[in-house]
Amino acid sequence: MNFELSDTQQAIKDAARDFFSKELRSADVRRLIETETAFDADLWRKCADLGYTGMIFPEEYGGVGLGFVEMAATLEEMGRALLPGPFVSTVLLAGSTLSRAGAQVKQAYLAPICRGGARATVAVLERSASWRRDAIAMDAAETRNGYELTGEKLFVSDAAVADVIIVAARSGGARDLVLLVVPSDASGMRITSAPGVDLTRRLYRVSFDRVHVPGEQLVARGADAESALDHALDVTALGLSAEMVGGMQHLLDHTVAYTKTRSQFGRPIGSFQAVQHRCVDMLALVEGSRSATYYAAWALGERNPDAGIAVSVAKAYASDAFREVGNMAIQAQGGMGFTWENDTHLYFRRARGSELACGDATFHRDRIGRALLRP
Amino acid sequence: MDLTLTPQEIAFRDELRSWLATSIPPGWQAEYLRGSMQDRFASLRRWQKTVFDAGWAGIAWPREHGGRGATLMEQAIFTEEMARAGAPPLANTLGLSLIGPTIIEFGTDAQKRRFLRNILSADEIWCQGFSEPNAGSDLANVRTRADRSDDHFLVNGQKVWISYGWAADWCALMTRSDPASQKHSGLTYLLVDMKSSGVEVRPLRQMTGESEFTEVFFHDVKVPAGNVLGREGNGWRVGLGTLAHERATLGVLFQVQMRRELDRVITIWRDMADRGESPVDPALARQKLAQAYIENEVVRLTHLRALSRLMRQGSPGPEGSILKIAWSEANQRLQASVQELLGQYGQLAEGSDAAPDHGHFAYAYLRARANTIEAGTSEIQRNIVGQHVLGLPKSY
Repeated sequence: MNFELSDTQQAIKDAARDFFSKELRSADVRRLIETETAFDADLWRKCADLGYTGMIFPEEYGGVGLGFVEMAATLEEMGRALLPGPFVSTVLLAGSTLSRAGAQVKQAYLAPICRGGARATVAVLERSASWRRDAIAMDAAETRNGYELTGEKLFVSDAAVADVIIVAARSGGARDLVLLVVPSDASGMRITSAPGVDLTRRLYRVSFDRVHVPGEQLVARGADAESALDHALDVTALGLSAEMVGGMQHLLDHTVAYTKTRSQFGRPIGSFQAVQHRCVDMLALVEGSRSATYYAAWALGERNPDAGIAVSVAKAYASDAFREVGNMAIQAQGGMGFTWENDTHLYFRRARGSELACGDATFHRDRIGRALLRP
Repeated sequence: MDLTLTPQEIAFRDELRSWLATSIPPGWQAEYLRGSMQDRFASLRRWQKTVFDAGWAGIAWPREHGGRGATLMEQAIFTEEMARAGAPPLANTLGLSLIGPTIIEFGTDAQKRRFLRNILSADEIWCQGFSEPNAGSDLANVRTRADRSDDHFLVNGQKVWISYGWAADWCALMTRSDPASQKHSGLTYLLVDMKSSGVEVRPLRQMTGESEFTEVFFHDVKVPAGNVLGREGNGWRVGLGTLAHERATLGVLFQVQMRRELDRVITIWRDMADRGESPVDPALARQKLAQAYIENEVVRLTHLRALSRLMRQGSPGPEGSILKIAWSEANQRLQASVQELLGQYGQLAEGSDAAPDHGHFAYAYLRARANTIEAGTSEIQRNIVGQHVLGLPKSY
């Protein structure tokens, strides 16, 4: 048993850190959050050239075929650099959903994502704002040659820069779950901005008025659709956890450096136990999140029976932890931590957005609790 | 990263499992719970002898000292399998996990021959004499004197919070051998026979009502000079070794125990819910049980990461340093959640026929309170991690 990254895995992580430290500086993040979509086409192209957009997908669709541990290591570095834009929506959420489709749909929609030519997202939530699968109720009426979507999806990430939106809806007498690929220029679909706390990842309301979707744009239906969506949500929750680990690590490093140099009462404030102990609590939360996240990545890759629960452990713990680490980072920096110029609030905002995406800690604890109490 | 067990680790686990399947005394727990503290200890001592005879005591120790030269990972597997099988704990905890390893590291050949085998077999029980009334968190403030005269030391002083002092045959004692010295210098680590004339052990009753702990008084106790562990005046360095072992090894044991308690409370709560007698709403119960499970997993996995690092580098990384804080605080939260999940029944102590598991959870709730104090308070742990891992300036 060995819980450390292999040399290759470490090299992948180091390369990602190196790349983002050069290509995505704080000033770049600040430039992007002032744009309408927080999307940078040049950076996307560079990420695609490095294989990030096809990282976990098979080579036959233009992917690189790496495992979830390698994915987590890369996402940790993306989270540390606070990569803005639709990477998680496109590659993790939409890509993993599409990876469970038939060969034709994969060739049509997954391959362009892998090659960096297309962006996508998945529309799951409705007015109930619940990530439970049975909360999906939007109607996909069956037509002669496909489906017709009517209704509204909320909290859809990065919809304005997506070339296609995968919509989760219900169809037929059995109210089967269906996953449908809808091009963003489809007639009858409207995308409205819903600005949230996280400035690096944008949310949208997407409404559908009798939007026609040809049958060949069906990703999956019934049990296959349920398993595809569950898989995509697990992969995305894992990726978000890894991103959160990186974000927390940044806040810890930044805070520790600050408290070593900031002086009050003639001493660095890092020499005061009230400050030290808070920094240690931050370290404990980062390392705990990292342990849970890499275990989940390994378990998902091995298709362990407990992989879904391991993902929920990571997502629940990291969601609570990132918010708390953000709290402590601001507190340790005092007034400086509350200024717009200080990057801490960008991470504090990201923590709130990532916590809510793919289920917050309460949601994942409920999933774990149900599994524990199963007779 | 590969979390599957190696073939060697699987072989080790399977051999241990099959031995445990036929060796654990049936029904030991019921008998154990009925006995006095002394009776309980005697039965654990017999169990350790059985374990020793089969070659499973001190497995991580080198073969020449009676161990198996097992890896740290095998040691973790051992702890986990013992707990999984519901085996009794071993009696000589401090000797096995702290004092024996320190003797292996610092002892002379004669000391190793004299002491190690009897630690493994539980023929000699050990206690640790570090804390004093004025040397708690500030351990370097030790005042117990060891005055050298010819071939022996004369020891005078008082030690407190000595676990198993009432059962111990030997004591690993931190003393001040240079009366002019201050703080970390001038300390000497002595191996003291508890049957020596002038050693007086008094029980110290703790808030659980038990007297696990003792106070030990030393009045002109003669200790042969050959019983210095390491060098005279070098006691702090030797003692630090002991503390490092203590912090590294207790974690896995607690994590496994906590997991067993969580599993048990799940069963009890489900039975209560099935009878319609659950004091808390199922949705709330799921949240509390899940949070306890999450925290336990985080301790388990962080420990595995620390072991991987330790096996490669020989020293623990930042993830290991936080484990003592993590498991001790997690156990207090676990016991609080258990109390809430059991409602009125959680408070019932031994002697009440409605008490779940003979009042174990009421006891565990009280006992957990010591976890953030014993083996270094959470505050001291945070100072250590802040200064040595994060590199923050010293606060005192």
